[in-house]
Amino acid sequence: MSVDAATVKRVAHLSRIAVEDADVAKLQGELNAILGFVEQLNEVDVAGVEPMTSVTPMAMKKRQDVVNDGEIAKTIVANAPASEDDYFMVPKVIE
Amino acid sequence: MTDLTHLTLTEARDGLKAKSFSATELAKAHVAAVEQARALNAYVLETPEQALKQAAASDARLAKGEAGPLEGLPLGIKDLFATQGVRTTACSKILGNFVPAYESTVSSQLWRDGAVMLGKLNNDEFAMGSSNETSAFGPVVNPWRREGSNVGAGAAGSVEGNHLVPGGSSGGSAAAVAAHLCLAATATDTGGSIRQPAAFTGTVGIKPTYGRCSRWGIVAFASSLDQAGPIGKTVRDCAVMLRSMAGHDPKDTTSVDQPVPDYEASVGRSVKGMKIGIPKEYRIDGISPEIEALWQQGIAWLKAAGAEIVEISLPHTKYALPAYYIVAPAEASSNLARYDGVRYGLREPGRDIVEMYEKTRAAGFGAEVKRRIMIGTYVLSSGYYDAYYLRAQKVRTLIKRDFEEAYASGIDAVLTPATPSAAFGIGEKGSADPVEMYLNDIFTVTVNMAGLPGIAVPAGLDSQGLPLGLQLIGRPFDEETLFSLGEVIEQAAGRLAIGERWWA
Repeated sequence: MSVDAATVKRVAHLSRIAVEDADVAKLQGELNAILGFVEQLNEVDVAGVEPMTSVTPMAMKKRQDVVNDGEIAKTIVANAPASEDDYFMVPKVIE
Repeated sequence: MTDLTHLTLTEARDGLKAKSFSATELAKAHVAAVEQARALNAYVLETPEQALKQAAASDARLAKGEAGPLEGLPLGIKDLFATQGVRTTACSKILGNFVPAYESTVSSQLWRDGAVMLGKLNNDEFAMGSSNETSAFGPVVNPWRREGSNVGAGAAGSVEGNHLVPGGSSGGSAAAVAAHLCLAATATDTGGSIRQPAAFTGTVGIKPTYGRCSRWGIVAFASSLDQAGPIGKTVRDCAVMLRSMAGHDPKDTTSVDQPVPDYEASVGRSVKGMKIGIPKEYRIDGISPEIEALWQQGIAWLKAAGAEIVEISLPHTKYALPAYYIVAPAEASSNLARYDGVRYGLREPGRDIVEMYEKTRAAGFGAEVKRRIMIGTYVLSSGYYDAYYLRAQKVRTLIKRDFEEAYASGIDAVLTPATPSAAFGIGEKGSADPVEMYLNDIFTVTVNMAGLPGIAVPAGLDSQGLPLGLQLIGRPFDEETLFSLGEVIEQAAGRLAIGERWWA
């Protein structure tokens, strides 16, 4: 399988990465090189094989469902590019 | 007094205990070496004040006889580990001036044990790369040069040769250890990022079993593959480092609740009677005769130490790298969704929130990271999930099964080359086709896919005078066998030393 220019733009949008029209062709070539490389997986017979979900089989540990951290709003927003009154600021979302 | 930076980690530890020098003297020697080596670009942030403060505290504890296992030992920390109050960027523009309010579990255990931080080490952006060339801070220069090369010698005479990459993604860690800019360093390995740079710089690097070290506080790339480990000057140094780095952490549900052995005790242990598997599938087409000869040399050394050599088959080996280039980008595309210009790092303004996201991520991510996010997004997108992602995860099951069958047949460890070649020049690879760079990890990536431990040990020099490494792959949670076998190779090969401090 290979991607066309329209797919590159669609995937860029899904990835939330702005791509200039002038860069689409180069990206298309690079993505197709990678997709061409992974194509060889089609040679493998995977009938009846379970997909891996955990590389080290282990029971997941559970913790008590209690609040054990918090009241650190100022710390949470300390690295934010824009914040006000301990809220993250973003461009208007709802008209 | 001999140059304190040229001691190994364990020699320095013993010297401090014997009061041959102080932790402050040791830290000062390293701070000076770091300052003189800026041409290598190994450190992206130096923290000399913190180093001297920690060293003074170590001296106080040493005086009271309360020394921890790493007391007073100066280390470098890969910039992927969150360090409280100290800028952490993963060498990406998108994290900008991110200053964590917390410390990664692995690094916190190093400080708990008395270690001293010299600074943050360069790496490929988000650990995506095999040459340290994708870093937003620019490439790291390998302290090794090809024989006859005088590049970096300054204005004197004509310059022969070019600078070499130290490998990646832990290129800063490997270069810093090789150039004696720290006694040991933390590193991470998703597809070979500890072992390949170790091989390129004549250092030792171990990627432990998945789950051995906590991933909490380490910038995530591909969560089912990422694992922290040390790069050190010797096998013994790595054993000491790993004991402090490893251990269960309730904050990482994939970290394993098993006791951490005294790894140092396994260094020097007899390997007599151990069965070493030689996988025929690693004898790839076009492998250089030098790599093949190195491998045969390794086999001879282990045989001489009493190990038994057995030819084995790992039939799905060739599919590990293509499967990796689906699984790792898929996980990366999810993990890196968090960089949206809202909570930390860079923000580029936009007319609405989507445009803000898109512009921020376009400006903040480098080319390789963008490629991998886009591949990951594509293989997870509707209609392609089964054909790519699900198939790759099935192939991963088969890769792991290959190893399980080998170990079930009585194999104790597997010996392979670490890399298909020695270090290459900066700018030499991957500019036209990203896959050319990916092939660097052909011998290391299977280990991540199967979650196994792997160690790279320097084993010799190539015809250009550059270091080459051998890799040993172990059973899950049997790092001890790797330390025992690794030391046999280290003893036989001798330590590889850089002749001249041309960068200082």
